[in-house]
Amino acid sequence: MDMQVKAQGEAPGVHPREQHGARSYLIGLLFAVALTLASFWASTTSFVYAPGVPVLLGTLAIAQMGVHVAFFLHISTAPDQANNFLALAFGVFVTALVVFGSMMIMSHLNHNMMPMDELMKMQR
Amino acid sequence: MSAGEQALAGIPGVPLALRGPAPVRVVAGFGFWLFLLSDVIIFSALFATYSVLSGATADGPSAAELFDKRHVFLETMCLLASSVTCGFGSLAIHRADAAATYFWMGITFLLGACFLTMEGREFASMVAAGAGPSHSAFLSAFFTLVGTHGLHVSLGLVWLLIMLLQLATLGFQPMVARRFFCFGLFWHALDIVWIGVFTIVYLGAK
Repeated sequence: MDMQVKAQGEAPGVHPREQHGARSYLIGLLFAVALTLASFWASTTSFVYAPGVPVLLGTLAIAQMGVHVAFFLHISTAPDQANNFLALAFGVFVTALVVFGSMMIMSHLNHNMMPMDELMKMQR
Repeated sequence: MSAGEQALAGIPGVPLALRGPAPVRVVAGFGFWLFLLSDVIIFSALFATYSVLSGATADGPSAAELFDKRHVFLETMCLLASSVTCGFGSLAIHRADAAATYFWMGITFLLGACFLTMEGREFASMVAAGAGPSHSAFLSAFFTLVGTHGLHVSLGLVWLLIMLLQLATLGFQPMVARRFFCFGLFWHALDIVWIGVFTIVYLGAK
């Protein structure tokens, strides 16, 4: 019902159901501890195919960030949170662009650059 | 929310444009949320720098040789626990329960201080071992990224101290509750940044 949506929206971090506030933090803590333990386990284990470990670590980190956003910051896709969620989506977009863009550009440059000793020879 | 605003917001027939400005709590919260996202973008630039330079060790120590995972795990747990106690603190503020607020926010402060001490010790031992920020591009990037996070945590602790003083002198006024609320957002956001730090810097060390 569009008409019932408050024009003002809601501030981020507001507890959606106050009586369940503490429970939300405890559930978040449970998930976060489990994901942290999984990350530390994944970084030392030989159980996972070694080149796949960074992907696993990335997945676990993104999952844990999601847990923190949902259970600690209480950001959701609820209609009165539209502004907060859109701002978050834009922040994530810019972050991904900066991090993955830089990594991609720099690795390509690295790949295409002449080896250092060759470069030294040319300068002589 | 004033009585007038409350009356208008409650009536479904009132067009959005006529419902008046948003309450200060919502505006302040949203503005602070935008600030936090811009802060995250600063960190994203530092993360990009670190990922690009992490191999440039200039024959110095590499990431895998320097970092102790057990130490990092304890740091991570300190920060995670402080995030949860901060959440309990904000629930206490919502109930206007002064004793519980001092208790949970005090624990938050102690856990944050624990984290900072551990990080400071790590930095000091690295510098003492000759692996200071001036040694290689990798170490410069490391100290900038982790140091900026540590700086945020220290500023957060100063802010928390000021907020506890304000609570003692001003009590549960709306502005005090609002500032505590923004502090909570700040503290949770720092914990999210730390997830990136321990995954990319410490666990991703090659």
